[in-house]
Amino acid sequence: MSRRAVGAPLSRVDGRLKVTGRATYAAEHDVKGVVYAVIVDSGIGRGRITGIDARDALARSGVLKVISHLNAPKLAYRPNAGSNNPEGSERLHVFQDDRVRFFGQPVAVVVATTLEAAQHAARLVEVRYAAEKPTTGLAGDRTNKPVTYARGDAEQALGSAEVRMEMTYRTARNHHNAMEPHATIARWNGHRLTVWDKTQWVNGTQEELAAVFGIPKESVCVISPFVGGAFGSGLRAWPHVTIAALAARETGRPVKLVLARRQQYFGTGYRPAYVYKVRLGSARQGRLIAMTHDIRAETSSYEDFQEGVLPTGQMLYSMPNVAQTYERVPLDVNTPLYMRGPGHATTSYIVESAMDELAHELGLDPIELRRRNEPDDDPATRRPFSTRRLRECYTVGAREFGWDRRNPKPRSTRDGDWLIGMGMAAGVYDTNRGAAQARVRLDARGSAVVEAASSDMGPGTYTSMTQVAADALGLDMRAVTCRLGDSIMPPTPPHGGSMTMASVGSAVQDGCDKLRRQAVALAVGDERSPLHGVDAGDVVAGDGRLHVKGDPTRGETYQQLLARNNRTHLETLGSFTPGESRFSMYAYNATFAEVAVDHRLGLVRIRRMLGVYDAGRIISPKLADSQAIGGMVGGIGAALLEHTVTDPRDGRIVNANLADYLVPVNADVPSLRAIYLDGDDREADPIGVKGLGEVVFTGVAPAIANAVFHATGRRVRELPITAEALL
Amino acid sequence: MSSELPDSCVPAEAEPASTVSRRTFIATATTAVVAGDLVSAETAGAEAAGAAEAPLSGRVSLTVNGERHAAMIDNRTSLLDLLRERFGLTGTKKGCDAGACGACTVLVGGRRVNACLTLAVRLEGAEVTTIEGLAPGEGDELHPLQEAFVEQDAFQCGYCTPGQIMSGIGCIREGHAGSPAEIREWMSGNICRCGCYVKIVRAVEQAARRT
Repeated sequence: MSRRAVGAPLSRVDGRLKVTGRATYAAEHDVKGVVYAVIVDSGIGRGRITGIDARDALARSGVLKVISHLNAPKLAYRPNAGSNNPEGSERLHVFQDDRVRFFGQPVAVVVATTLEAAQHAARLVEVRYAAEKPTTGLAGDRTNKPVTYARGDAEQALGSAEVRMEMTYRTARNHHNAMEPHATIARWNGHRLTVWDKTQWVNGTQEELAAVFGIPKESVCVISPFVGGAFGSGLRAWPHVTIAALAARETGRPVKLVLARRQQYFGTGYRPAYVYKVRLGSARQGRLIAMTHDIRAETSSYEDFQEGVLPTGQMLYSMPNVAQTYERVPLDVNTPLYMRGPGHATTSYIVESAMDELAHELGLDPIELRRRNEPDDDPATRRPFSTRRLRECYTVGAREFGWDRRNPKPRSTRDGDWLIGMGMAAGVYDTNRGAAQARVRLDARGSAVVEAASSDMGPGTYTSMTQVAADALGLDMRAVTCRLGDSIMPPTPPHGGSMTMASVGSAVQDGCDKLRRQAVALAVGDERSPLHGVDAGDVVAGDGRLHVKGDPTRGETYQQLLARNNRTHLETLGSFTPGESRFSMYAYNATFAEVAVDHRLGLVRIRRMLGVYDAGRIISPKLADSQAIGGMVGGIGAALLEHTVTDPRDGRIVNANLADYLVPVNADVPSLRAIYLDGDDREADPIGVKGLGEVVFTGVAPAIANAVFHATGRRVRELPITAEALL
Repeated sequence: MSSELPDSCVPAEAEPASTVSRRTFIATATTAVVAGDLVSAETAGAEAAGAAEAPLSGRVSLTVNGERHAAMIDNRTSLLDLLRERFGLTGTKKGCDAGACGACTVLVGGRRVNACLTLAVRLEGAEVTTIEGLAPGEGDELHPLQEAFVEQDAFQCGYCTPGQIMSGIGCIREGHAGSPAEIREWMSGNICRCGCYVKIVRAVEQAARRT
């Protein structure tokens, strides 16, 4: 029996490419004759363009063209409900009119033969405006139609509750800030368009470009083999993707367009800021009776972006009465988008902070309070949970973290100038799945290639798909090659929402199972095969061979089988289509944090953290560990550092760079530890996984916030928790 | 919490004239505005007058990964853009183009510098080492730090990785890899948004023991 690849702590199959600089990201594809585009972005937050003078720019050596609404062709912009465009609203149409909707909106693009010439000329384009005062911030009255949810009668229950609490929390706007800037290379060949793009969804970008340019989807090819992080920002085709393609068409040259770091802050999405009021009612002994959630979030004036902020408040704890109102405030800003743990991460912070406040109010241990409100089935749908092992997460986490050493009294532990605190929180994220396909091809040398359109932005999709395929085909990892990130490959859902492993992994499993069965059928029906006449169900694959179960000596290699039958290869198309389920499916975590707060400076340092996860089966433990640790680091950023600051006078983002938008650096991150409960959830999908990328992030910020309260006795109801707030 | 560390790790006493650190670059750039010594007087005058054209290029010959390059280059070109757009060496990454993220870290004369803040025309005679120069061929052995990054899984998306590795080599050479705390401090000029810091520290520790 060969060693199994799934579950083994293997290194990344693309590791060598990445450590030698040979992995090719969007802007790095060698496209002959490429020229450079640089976007000119609006210097006002709202108003109209009254004139554009590009004469100076055009006079510079190397400058080929300046395109704006004054000379751009009309673009089709067919409706496209897919591609993660928000429903019921209209996306930004680039260079189609004189309106400025937000600070930084693209108003022109310069194309030149060199990057230096394009950058310089972009600064020489003079744009005149009739400026109006933009509306930013969440204080205004105007909102889009609220989304609501109710069960029971929350108002009445609150009126009669023994303990009532009301808190308003605020969370800052956060930007994904992946290390690789968004970039697109576009090339037309007649009416066919090829783009090399940073995207989490080649199929979505393909659909969007086809819709924008009014051409058939089949005429657009999107290639994205490596993505330098995205965290959600690559889930839509942003205006710059269209601009690159437009510039290429207008100049007749392949065009490379890389957003400057500054431009990522208004040229792509972000996690919107929230104001979130929660009221809760509880019995004195710690049973929740009711909770109300009044939620306000940013969106743009032209698109109504919504995300899953409601489910956590409905299903994390058992209580009869819940009322939720989710309002989006349309502002003169660009449209937000999903960012790691979208919705759930925000609500986890609010609900888990509120639970910590309630525990303190009741004099109960925070874990004990959570245990007392743990539901037996989904309180929102009354469906059984496919798997829910949050109690175990608490038990393991408390034991491994040394929770029993925590003095429940806030501000009770000191280490010199430092106040020490321990906090915990739960986190949750949907087990999402989408329809996916994967092509599997086994050649006469006994090597397999697995192909799917999915991106791999860093979780290790290349590696985990290789592991699944190797086991299903009975091949060594080295005999399997995984190819990803090309719209010509079988379609997959967005590489986001933690659904890639469940969806694409299940399609790969299916494709490999089909291929193995095809090979077995060929062998048992072949008189010259040692497997001739054996029941197909008794043949297994391992070590590159097909053999009788329990008798490895009776069998043959794939090479022998294919050569004898004059077959150059076997090929199958695997698929996965999630059906209706009677189960409620989520992944869970319990996260623990120990912080130190300088009592004079308000400085917060993380001392250690532990995450315990109920995430189903773990295909690739080494990579899953990195995911979890990375999720904690992201959560440290959200809790203590990350805040996109907008100047209300003109709508300008004032910290649109990595020196002023703070993200965790190495010195901010101490010892972090992740524990995955050994699991397998076959209700979720055929390979038993529940998704990792989001659940490892939800719950981190509240664990830190609760630790800061425990350290200082001060409850800061706003993220990020800054030194100023603690002084 | 972003830090000035990558610059302060440059030993001041051993500063070859031909190389540019972020600090010396800022200093000379400031001088240039005053005295016009970085940009030629003609170019500076032309820019000031807003005239259409001026000589904007200069000849430079430098060694990259042991290979000598002589090129006529636009004076505005950073070392980073020279490597990526002219020499096709895309292993060095552009993350922020402003010296804040470390993704473009390369070695110039053996010292780690941010290639995005290094004007290429100033590198006459310089020796530049990029990630491609550590393990030059397909079948070649990896540098111990590259190997350690793979073994420790010290990356996810891989985009900051070449910069982390080049910086890690600098960190070890400078003698700042004595403890995890020291490594954290001296590797804090390189942002990893995937959050692999714990493992980056382990990888640098591992390679420091072996080199």
